Amino acid sequence: MAVLAKPAGSIGKPHSHEDEEAHLREEHLMLDPRPRGEMNAMVMESMMVTSWKFWVISIILAIIVAICLGYYWGYMIVNGLGVAGVNRPIYWGIFLVNTVFWIGISHAGTFVSALLRVFKAEFRRPFTRAAELMTTFGLVQAGLSIFMHMGRIWLAYWLFPYPNERGLWPNFHSPLSWDFLAINTYLLSSTMYLFLPLIPDLAMARDRSTGWRKAVYRTLALGFRGTEGEWTHLRFAMNLFAFAILPVMFSVHTIVSWDFAAAMRPGWSSTIFGPYFVVGALQSGLSAVAMVIIVVRATMKNMKYFIRPEHLDALGKLMLIISMAWAYFFFNDYMVQWYNGDKWTDILLKFHEEGPLGWMWYAMLIFNIAVPWLILWNKNWRRNPTILFTVGFLVNIAMWFERYIIIPTSLSINRFPFTYQFYKPGVEIPLSIGTLALFVLLYMLASRIIPLVPVWEVQEGQMAHSLRKFGKESIVTVSDLE
Amino acid sequence: MAKLNIPEVKANWETTPGIWGMSIDMDICTGCQACVAACAMENNIPFVGEVDSGYGRSLHWLRVEHTWEGEFPQVTPTSFQPVLCQQCGNAPCEPVCPVFASVHSQSEDLNLQVYNRCVGTRYCANNCPYVVRVFNMRDYERTEPLPNQFNPDVTVRRRGIMEKCTFCIQRIHKGQDQAKSEGREVMDGEVVPACAQACPADAIVFGRLDDPQSRVSTMSKNGRGVQLLEDLGTLPRVTYLKEERTYGRTG
Repeated sequence: MAVLAKPAGSIGKPHSHEDEEAHLREEHLMLDPRPRGEMNAMVMESMMVTSWKFWVISIILAIIVAICLGYYWGYMIVNGLGVAGVNRPIYWGIFLVNTVFWIGISHAGTFVSALLRVFKAEFRRPFTRAAELMTTFGLVQAGLSIFMHMGRIWLAYWLFPYPNERGLWPNFHSPLSWDFLAINTYLLSSTMYLFLPLIPDLAMARDRSTGWRKAVYRTLALGFRGTEGEWTHLRFAMNLFAFAILPVMFSVHTIVSWDFAAAMRPGWSSTIFGPYFVVGALQSGLSAVAMVIIVVRATMKNMKYFIRPEHLDALGKLMLIISMAWAYFFFNDYMVQWYNGDKWTDILLKFHEEGPLGWMWYAMLIFNIAVPWLILWNKNWRRNPTILFTVGFLVNIAMWFERYIIIPTSLSINRFPFTYQFYKPGVEIPLSIGTLALFVLLYMLASRIIPLVPVWEVQEGQMAHSLRKFGKESIVTVSDLE
Repeated sequence: MAKLNIPEVKANWETTPGIWGMSIDMDICTGCQACVAACAMENNIPFVGEVDSGYGRSLHWLRVEHTWEGEFPQVTPTSFQPVLCQQCGNAPCEPVCPVFASVHSQSEDLNLQVYNRCVGTRYCANNCPYVVRVFNMRDYERTEPLPNQFNPDVTVRRRGIMEKCTFCIQRIHKGQDQAKSEGREVMDGEVVPACAQACPADAIVFGRLDDPQSRVSTMSKNGRGVQLLEDLGTLPRVTYLKEERTYGRTG
């Protein structure tokens, strides 16, 4: 934890040492310990307490999911993809945009929890679970969007390499097969990675609940009692997964990018797409983490204790850095294509900027680069939930636009001007709303069943940090971590 | 379990001439669209209606391109260019299909689309530089008496799958079977796809490329012969004889 001995705001102001110490405790969760029992009770309370607003919103979302996902998807399966907006030559539309977008969202969960855990970034402690849940639920939406996109969804199992009478396998030359396997691998491993650090919290919840909850937690906690041997095994597994899931995370989005980079189309055949997509995924994913924890902090009980401005501050810094990286890769991708001088690429780049959807291209640049750079440099603005939420929202809009530009907009340009077409989304719009609603609904329901704050991780951090007096100065000291 | 035989989908890189090929003389093509109509009749291609057709969903396996060059008042029409599947020797659509629905036929050296296997990911169409693959967006209605003219040799496709020009493979097989039963080779001009048969100007010539004496081979070696997007290395089997306006068209 980058704890400053003197908080930046206090420099120059006359302060008593008691004030300074109180300020440090108020600022940093790690220096503001509460008794274990109290903290456990706080987390349990945050799960148990639901207001009528929660249920009203849940029911509205459930209705949206039923209509937009259930009805419209069924309608599309029965009538064919003609009710969607795809045509020739724009064979891939918003469904693929949503797939790439949700996979991007799901990236940050792993990034926040695994990468920051590996690097022992202390600010991660209270919100790793919130981010990991986003990974799993985001991947659910990505998977649904892929299936929506298929022409004959009832044959989707043909993409699995299952043994069959005719010895037919999926085509391992196809980037789509890699993609399918990569997403499945990521879904499985991220779910396991969500589950492992959850076990001690489930055990905690098991000991503090009754009724059906107790039954659920007892089953899920796998009989965890917190013995030294169990902790050793759990730590070993978590460490293993934290390291192993990182390459999986990088591979997933590079493989998604190969769907485009491996194709011989102007605008797609770009060798930089791999890292560009990974950075893009982190760009939208981190913003989504920020948005989610701001909402969680504002709506759930006791969360203001766990999630503090310092966490928004740290996320804001990360967002700023990733935004710079994204700008660099965007520039790199653009420059390589521009220098290449291929006629069709030139036409495509011009179409991006000056075509009917040029506003989208400019909005992408403004929301992705100008907005974070102009706002996130300021500490007070970073720490303001409303401002950070707005920035995160705009960045996510911009990243959705980016995928829209790469997929349907680029597909309208090909080497045969005779076939140029424009893309008008049809049933994609309700289905996109449906996936978004399903994501929020799943998250809301999960927030009342799964402890959203990893209590044991917070307690562990608080044990390791303490304020000590050296002379008149309060110093933040750290004992051995993990 | 039987030994799994994963076929090599990447076609051979040696520039073999191919087996079946086509040449299209843009100098004598009048753009009458008879080939488009004949193709639709032969291959059971449904009519998609005005709205879908205008939105780029027509299912024609063959389109006659005609565009204008130049800025508005000074525009010149380009020559008519019928574009169909080029039956690439090194086809970009084949390696990208996740389920082997788009495969290369070794006996005919053609690109095949296996309708039964297609799950509709549409990746092949995105990777086709000629934009000749079409997708069945809906089950289009065929009112009476249209179902009476179905070609029994061609599968009727349902919604959700990709399709494309086959070089009228049903006719190729018919010709080969006939020749085999008579104990001879297929003669030049014996196999004629629907588009070539319907072309009133005889602009489309079809035949064997591996026979240097065949009409299509001699036409393809004509000095006017070009191939579409040759630089992509797809080894197309269709040769276009570029327009030199020697047939009296003033433009």
